[in-house]
Amino acid sequence: MTSKTASLYDWVDERLGLSELAAFARHKQVPVHKQSFWYYWGGISLFLFLVQCFTGVLLLVYYRPGAEAYESVRQITFNMHFGWLIRSAHSWSANLMIFSILVHMFSVFFMKAYRKPREFGWLSGMALLGIASVFGFSGYLLPMDELSYFATKVGLEIPAAVPVVGPFIANLLRGGLQVNEFTVQRFFALHVVVLPALFLPLLGFHLWLVQRHGNAVPPSEEAKPLAERKAAPFFPNFLVKDLAMWLVSLNILALLASVFPWSLGKPADPLVPAPAGIHPEWYFMSPFEMLKILGNALPGEAGEIAGILFFTLGIVLWLLIPFYDTRKFAGSRARAAHYFGLLAVFALLATTVIGYWTIR
Amino acid sequence: MSEVLNLPHIVKEPAEPGEQRTRRAFLVAAGAAGLAYTAALAYPIYRYLASPQEMEAAASAVTEVTLKDAQKLPKGSVLMFKFGTAPGMLIHHEDGRWIAMTAVCTHLGCTVKYEADQDRIHCSCHGGVYNAYTGANVSGPPPRPLKLYKATVGDAGVNVSRA
Repeated sequence: MTSKTASLYDWVDERLGLSELAAFARHKQVPVHKQSFWYYWGGISLFLFLVQCFTGVLLLVYYRPGAEAYESVRQITFNMHFGWLIRSAHSWSANLMIFSILVHMFSVFFMKAYRKPREFGWLSGMALLGIASVFGFSGYLLPMDELSYFATKVGLEIPAAVPVVGPFIANLLRGGLQVNEFTVQRFFALHVVVLPALFLPLLGFHLWLVQRHGNAVPPSEEAKPLAERKAAPFFPNFLVKDLAMWLVSLNILALLASVFPWSLGKPADPLVPAPAGIHPEWYFMSPFEMLKILGNALPGEAGEIAGILFFTLGIVLWLLIPFYDTRKFAGSRARAAHYFGLLAVFALLATTVIGYWTIR
Repeated sequence: MSEVLNLPHIVKEPAEPGEQRTRRAFLVAAGAAGLAYTAALAYPIYRYLASPQEMEAAASAVTEVTLKDAQKLPKGSVLMFKFGTAPGMLIHHEDGRWIAMTAVCTHLGCTVKYEADQDRIHCSCHGGVYNAYTGANVSGPPPRPLKLYKATVGDAGVNVSRA
């Protein structure tokens, strides 16, 4: 460094504490072991979220909520240069983001990374997944085509099935008794203002926790003596690999978005019957199918209430896993948690496959 | 992205001259690839954001417009119309003359106003005044006159074209 740049650095450092940051980066270590691959998935999810912010703002430049929603998406898709690509990237990236968050969640689960002191990391991550799925649900309506119309109509039947307060909540979300321009307008407010306002601070908290506690190591590594464990510096070794994964993700996204552009259906029309073969997005397929199976076993309201109880119970158990499986070394609780995870993966995969199998 | 690819230059030991040359070549190639990649991302985004300008450019290429029934415009009054994308004004003077010109002030682009009682064109933004027959800038800040159009009165309307 020349003396001028050195003195400029000193000037900024004195005011912003850059050298503390640099020291922090120098000392940060990332464990290296057979399962290190799974450490990338949180970063990939973060990257795809950034892509969502960026492409979302680009769509916001031309999107008009309310009665003109469909027409504005049609303009974006067919009239604006590369509008189809921006929209396709936003849709694909949304799907990839949900996928990578799920991979991240299951890897955390099976590596037991939720154990003390990382309970808040687990809880905030689950909240982020919850918000991400509401992002997906609300964003799906915004083009206001046939598919989004029926998806929203059906999706809002789930809160409507909650006893006593359900219909009230569903009408509030819907902005009336029917899915119409009022629904789009409020889903838009939810999608671009309310959800980001909830998501961003929570994401900051989640990332801060990761910095505070560092990467968790799986039990197989924990069992080894300290001297046998390997680690690599975060900066630049892990960061370079992390960014390389971001580049890979971006390339996959660009390929999917341009080769398989997201389509736009016919405008939503409540008088037109639902199209054949209509089905939820893949990440809602499993709950949809489980509700269908339960509804067949227990017809009527009993089935609906049983379904909601079943989901609530499953999610609560899943959320509380750090408080159940607490012991550092393997025991019956650790094994039970592991089997619970396997059961969850199996149930999700099986119902998703059945769901796609039975589409007509 | 180029910085990402440049990062592994943390090798500290002094390099051989030949080695240095290949490293240099690698860094140049990586930088070029990074630039090409960034350009491939930036180009669609630029075109996307510039779409309305391009559409307007097509619209503003219009050279004439026919104002239907404008021949019925009473004397001492004005008709504001869109010429391409910008506002224009058609004035029917008390002496029967028809004058058409752009209505965009040459100072800072406000839409100007024809004042029949003083037979002048006035801009409310900064007090610019133009001659209502020639478009000449008479007083105030406007640096240039308003551009005149050719107005041809017919039975069905008034045709306005670039002079």
